[in-house]
Amino acid sequence: MPALLSIDYLLIAVCTWLAIGLAGLLAPRNMHFISKVLFPLGALVGLGVGITALCFLGDRAETAVLVIGLPTLPFHLRLDNLTAVFALLLGFASVGISVYAAGYFRSGEGTAPGALCLEYHIFLASMLMVLLADDAYAFMVAWESMALSSFLLVTTDHRHEAIRRAGYLYLLIAHIGAISILLAFGVMTSGSGDYTFAGMRTQELSPFWASVAYLLALVGFGAKAGLVPVHVWLPEAHPAAPSPVSAMMSGVMLKTAIYGLLRVSFDLVGTPLWWWGVVAMAVGLVTALFGVLYSTVQSDMKRLLAYSSIENIGLLAVGIGLALVFHSYKMEALAALAMTAVLYHCLAHAGFKSLLFLCTGSVLHATNERSLGKLGGLIHRMPWVAWLALLGVIASAGLPPLSGFVSEWLLLQAFLFSPGLPHSWLNMVVPVAAAVVALVAAMAGFAMVKFYGIIFLGQMREPNLTHAHDAGPWERAGLVWLAALTLLLGVLPSTVIGLIDAATQQMLGTGLADKVREHGWAMLAPISPDRASYQPLVFLATILAALWVGRWLVHRFYHGRVRRSDPWDCGYFFQGPRGQDTADGFSQPIRRIFEPMFRMERHFPTIRDEKPYYSVKVEDHFWYWLYLPAARLVERISGLVIRVQGGRIAVYLLYSFLTLILLLLVARP
Amino acid sequence: MSISGLLGQLFAIVLALVLAPLLTGWVNQCRAWLQSRSAPPLLQPYYMLHKLFRKDVVLAHNASSVFRTAPFVIFGCMLLACAIIPSLSTDLPFAPAADTLALVGVFGLARIFISLAAMDIGTAFGSLGGRREMLIGFLAEPALLMVIFTLAMISQSTSVATIVETLAHREVVIYPSLAFAGIAFTFVSLAENARVPVDNPATHLELTMIHEAMILEYSGRHLALIEWAASLKLYAYSCLGLALFFPWGIAAGDSILGLAGAIPLLLMKLAIGGALLALIETVNAKMRIFRAPEFLGTAFMLAVLGLLVRLLLETRV
Repeated sequence: MPALLSIDYLLIAVCTWLAIGLAGLLAPRNMHFISKVLFPLGALVGLGVGITALCFLGDRAETAVLVIGLPTLPFHLRLDNLTAVFALLLGFASVGISVYAAGYFRSGEGTAPGALCLEYHIFLASMLMVLLADDAYAFMVAWESMALSSFLLVTTDHRHEAIRRAGYLYLLIAHIGAISILLAFGVMTSGSGDYTFAGMRTQELSPFWASVAYLLALVGFGAKAGLVPVHVWLPEAHPAAPSPVSAMMSGVMLKTAIYGLLRVSFDLVGTPLWWWGVVAMAVGLVTALFGVLYSTVQSDMKRLLAYSSIENIGLLAVGIGLALVFHSYKMEALAALAMTAVLYHCLAHAGFKSLLFLCTGSVLHATNERSLGKLGGLIHRMPWVAWLALLGVIASAGLPPLSGFVSEWLLLQAFLFSPGLPHSWLNMVVPVAAAVVALVAAMAGFAMVKFYGIIFLGQMREPNLTHAHDAGPWERAGLVWLAALTLLLGVLPSTVIGLIDAATQQMLGTGLADKVREHGWAMLAPISPDRASYQPLVFLATILAALWVGRWLVHRFYHGRVRRSDPWDCGYFFQGPRGQDTADGFSQPIRRIFEPMFRMERHFPTIRDEKPYYSVKVEDHFWYWLYLPAARLVERISGLVIRVQGGRIAVYLLYSFLTLILLLLVARP
Repeated sequence: MSISGLLGQLFAIVLALVLAPLLTGWVNQCRAWLQSRSAPPLLQPYYMLHKLFRKDVVLAHNASSVFRTAPFVIFGCMLLACAIIPSLSTDLPFAPAADTLALVGVFGLARIFISLAAMDIGTAFGSLGGRREMLIGFLAEPALLMVIFTLAMISQSTSVATIVETLAHREVVIYPSLAFAGIAFTFVSLAENARVPVDNPATHLELTMIHEAMILEYSGRHLALIEWAASLKLYAYSCLGLALFFPWGIAAGDSILGLAGAIPLLLMKLAIGGALLALIETVNAKMRIFRAPEFLGTAFMLAVLGLLVRLLLETRV
């Protein structure tokens, strides 16, 4: 018997996940069996996937052909380094999320636990299959299973009207995207009928058709990832889904779309044109700015995070665009820099965004409240969740020494090289785009301070919050795992780049690893230390030293006395929880400065109001500019179609008869 | 990394710790003179620090661990910034730890912590201050990054030491982009250090305050650390400005002679810079908070202009 290849291990993982899911149906109402046995088993499989991918990185690609599929087109599978990086992400992120889910799901209304377990593990297995697929058919089958299983997970609490609507919107946009992807694959076969990816690689597309395929792929994968203007499902579906599902969708599923985009534009479609990168960059910048602006004004904690995910996807698109531009001019070393930033950000975002979504889950369980305006002061009741969330918040704000900063730093470094582009105006416009990236990064800090400060700090805004409890041991373990990943990705950038470099090399023919390895594991210097360098461990050490040594010195030379009293607040006497900023109050400066960017409905109280109240509702312009007109158009067209569809069977029979005669006339031999 | 380099690094840190309150005292003194008040003693900030360290910490009942951790983290961030920015010599063993982009990150981290600490007690002034600080922060950061981009494109590096060495030893060529970047940097520094016209360091109990509103609840050693960190931030920004735009006199090696020569020059430059800061604060009035976006928007536009000038004009020569 031949030794098992890595791809075999991954296939075993897919089957095990499916088996675990089916096992859930054996005892669909036995919560203890499902949460304390099946979900931890799923986490163990995830760990196996992660470790397999980790061991594989840098090896030669492996392929496999399954006997299932179409008669002429069995499932082709392939494990290469790009797949491995994303499988690594999927495996390690799913460990934390599954362990957390073991403590999170409670029996209640909505989907039965057994069905939930099945959907969840099909979701995991189909995401791994998307990464492994090596022909268009297998890819689309896996892609659709992923969309359907996640749709079912989103609508877990399907008794609520709003959640059903959110799920419907998600399914609709997922299918618009899927059609677009299917068309992109169709164009890439260029009529040869060979639907394997290996066949697509050998096709020589004309620049026009290559561009069509690329743009279709951008729309299709963009719809899944949440690029503007097909982002609208994200802020609806994420709050609707249970928190582990939101974490999985935001942390992992969005990355499969990024994987698809990378696969098409750097592997399947051939040599890119320079303006492809500009398109991706422009869309990415708009998405990032839009996402961060809207995330700052949200008052629902999960919507805030959903918009923040849109922002991060935008940054990823900017990085992909930059890599495409460099790649099209054959500046592979610089393309590798941008590509490393993209891959790194994928990993970083999977860690910190899953962490933050899970933290909102714990808050939700403890308080039954999603609205920021009714939370506050939870650090006193939930210290574990609060301190772990702080790590996620710092990483999400893109600050050293955690993971989000490394990728942003690499991206900005890549931007600094863009004046070297041999194009007359591109080399001037692109550096200015870096200014937008800087603005986005800084505003992400604002959104994160709002998120953290309003939920965990301050006074409790509602009296029932005093009963909040900290996360249980399973939930805590899941959070600690993800926080540890965030920290490791933050302080060991050189090691991680050494690992993921195999994917960059596969796509671009060159990587950063050699240069990075020269300077040891503690220092990140992608070009040379004279040019730019970063040592996150020094950051961490200095801050910890200031904390411990500083404390010790102050206590040694002075004292450590503490007295408790009421807050001072300039001597103002009435200090109820209503005196603090609300979620809307906190973002008032943003609404005021960027007023044209929002569609706002506000009510201000007047002096004569008997019961004065203030309300603000911020909505997305795209609903009114794009979606409602589109919906109206569809309705009008259906109205016209109704005239033909009278509802009388005789008329329908006449139609069939006429069609038959027409076909006979046309198809006459 | 040599022993003398390490000693030089240690000396730079100690110098920052000692000089930072002195700089604050000097600015206060100059401002008092310009406003024809009788000036406080030059060493007043030290007296205050000593007094605050001796006093008890009075904590609000609902102060959390974030509130008690924040002063130390902020102090650590500022100390790290001072250790990275070359004041006397560019030969700093700590310098590779962070380039200019990471330096912006260090300031960002400190800002997040002080804003969170401000929101921790849950008073009206605290959250108001925290929100305004983050507002100023996200307006100032892109402008600062654009300034850094301009300088990085001139010197082909984002490392502070390399930028300083390139600029200090260049031929006498005037870069117009540097002028734009310099003005933008001044604007940003004023905003970041809570100075007039964006904030007023002398204010207290005012609805317009930003920095003071955030630290209202701090007392004792915590307040001392925050005040010291604020001084260190002013010192760090001054040294950064001097290093980027007036780098002459910063020693390249770690020879004792070079260092000895650099100290008086640094003191002189800081004295002039402090006096100019006092002058700016005296001739300007504090602006409304919603004028701050215009002010920092101007800084951003100037920085972008500097970048474009660099890309359009100077690379063609």
